[in-house]
Amino acid sequence: MNFLNRIVALDRRWVFLFLFVVVSMAYLLRNYFSVDITVTKEVKSIYDFIEKRNEGDKLLISFDYDPSSLAELHPMSRAIMLHCFRRGIRVVAVTLSQYGAGMVEEILREVAAEAKEAYGVDPQYGRDYCFVGYRPYPAMVILGMGENFRVFFPRDYYDTPLDSIPLMQGVRNYDDVNAVIGITSGTTADFWIVYGNARYDMPLALGVTGVMATDYYPYLGNAIFGLIGGWKGAAEYEKLIDRSADANAGMPAQVVAHLTIVLFIMIGNIGYLLSRKSTNAVS
Amino acid sequence: MHETIQDSATVTLLWTTLGALLTVATFSFLYRDNPIYKVAEHLVVGVGAGYFLVLLVYTTLKPKLFDALAEGHLWYIIPGVLGVLMWLRFSRKLSWISRYSIAFYIGTSGVSIPLYMYNNVNRQVSSTLDLGMGFGSLTEVWGILIVLGTLAGLVYFFFSKAHKGAFGGFAKFGILVLMIGFGASFGYTVMARISLFVQRIAELEDWGAMLIAYFFS
Amino acid sequence: MKRRVPLIIVFCVSLFMVIQYFVPLDSLERVYRSFLDYTIIIGVFALLLGIWSLCRVNYDKIKRKSENWQYAIITLTGFFIMTIAGFLSGWGRTDNYLYQHLFSYVLVPIQATMFSLLAFFIASAAFRAFRARSLLATLLLISGLVIMIRFVPLGFLSEPISDLAGWILRVPNMAAKRAIIIGVGLGAVATAFKIMLGIERAYLGRD
Repeated sequence: MNFLNRIVALDRRWVFLFLFVVVSMAYLLRNYFSVDITVTKEVKSIYDFIEKRNEGDKLLISFDYDPSSLAELHPMSRAIMLHCFRRGIRVVAVTLSQYGAGMVEEILREVAAEAKEAYGVDPQYGRDYCFVGYRPYPAMVILGMGENFRVFFPRDYYDTPLDSIPLMQGVRNYDDVNAVIGITSGTTADFWIVYGNARYDMPLALGVTGVMATDYYPYLGNAIFGLIGGWKGAAEYEKLIDRSADANAGMPAQVVAHLTIVLFIMIGNIGYLLSRKSTNAVS
Repeated sequence: MHETIQDSATVTLLWTTLGALLTVATFSFLYRDNPIYKVAEHLVVGVGAGYFLVLLVYTTLKPKLFDALAEGHLWYIIPGVLGVLMWLRFSRKLSWISRYSIAFYIGTSGVSIPLYMYNNVNRQVSSTLDLGMGFGSLTEVWGILIVLGTLAGLVYFFFSKAHKGAFGGFAKFGILVLMIGFGASFGYTVMARISLFVQRIAELEDWGAMLIAYFFS
Repeated sequence: MKRRVPLIIVFCVSLFMVIQYFVPLDSLERVYRSFLDYTIIIGVFALLLGIWSLCRVNYDKIKRKSENWQYAIITLTGFFIMTIAGFLSGWGRTDNYLYQHLFSYVLVPIQATMFSLLAFFIASAAFRAFRARSLLATLLLISGLVIMIRFVPLGFLSEPISDLAGWILRVPNMAAKRAIIIGVGLGAVATAFKIMLGIERAYLGRD
């Protein structure tokens, strides 16, 4: 009892230190563990959608996140892009997040190189993918793109007129891409549903952070055809494309961290129940 | 695409070290608020604002306003002037003029009326009533539970009638359902936050590996 | 003039945005497209106003030597270095070496780490505050625990827990979030109508 009371009253910095050490060790020793991931229906449906496309089909992928959620969304961005390049699907990239542009440039370059190394394909800028850039006020941009991409993006991020990019020739609005995938943190996911899908009825799938994931289940089947939630969702996608990367590498640390937090909750509750018992006994 | 400048190994190591030190400086907040953390905190605000300013000018003002005007689309003077009027907010006497620009901006939110009604209300109600969208083999049973849970949740949010009697009981069922939903959100939130931390550890590990490779190979 | 004209502008623009949704005329669509375009341009000036305010607040802090004014120098230095670097590459180009590297090696690590601190605070909260004090708190706790342990290898328990997690997400969670979405939808529409009709006018500020 006394021991539990002391544990519960511990300076929170000990809790921080414990979590820091345990999770860091689990990550550094990740090669000694393996975590089996169960693929969920909502992630599989995005994979199936891309798998069923023909070579040369087009997807619009919106990378709407900042460095603050890079950890969760970069792995799923990579996995989806790799899948597209492997299948010969063309990708039109856009970002509606203020710090997104720098990260999109980096990821496009890195994934194109990775696809070349892994699958022997050689995705070329302008032919297989392009980056139209960033605009503020996502709701308005999503509405504008539904009319014509050129309303807001007359030129790509590198100042090339959209009409002189081979990939964009004949691509006017959402009708000319097979689907939109929004990899999104924050309210932009809602904007894609309300101002994109509800208005223009294009096929839409979302990749969102863990914090947001549960909020988008009600849209499955009526607005979105698939949903990737956080790091586990990314790990599922990596498993589907048979390429274990960042998300799978982090799963052992995730398991240990979750067990640690479950342990914290249990200790806290046992301490609470015992203290309530002793208070009742005294009164 | 922009050409990337290939840094030498030393320069790459120096930049990566800067990133790693800033990571450690930010982590130092876990011990207590301190000057090193404050430096990182204030630096990111300034650098972020500078990054955003350049991006706004190059990706929006240039193509949408300056280039459009240069190409002879004189209609673009209207949003340009309305935008500049926004800055009159700093004038005590003329700040009311900035309301015209704000009014135009606010007015466009009218587009949300039909869209929110269709998406959040019509579509969600019809999906709720589709009992085939339940779960597993007992899909209709769970479908009915979804209907009751959604209705009870809405009743809980309805404050114009006192939560008493059968109405109150149904509202109580609503809050039970909401709590299970919030619990699920909490579970996912833990995963989200841990992911952010694990990614920082991964970056620090990469930096360590880079240091070892640089000095010992 | 000061209040009535803005209210009329809001009403007319809002009404137009509603009408164009229901009336698919080419002429209306052209105006609609222009309105979207104009909104972003006006909005950019508002964002620039925000950046200007940030600079002014920090400059005032240094001038008045108010508490922690030294840090304001760091903010302004970071801002000016980044801005100058960004504009150095030539008009319309963002491929400046310093601009890109400051983004990747200063902005990204600090922002990503700041948010990662939340992992520790959520652990501390789990330890101190997440208690089964009532039926509602217990339900929240159980639901959270099931979602948390759904990918932990627990032998023969793994499959039923994974199924239970799926059920929580697709049944009670679905109902709870649907109730919220419908409520938010009705609230958003009501607010938009109040703005359109001039009942809600907080955006006008005070005279």
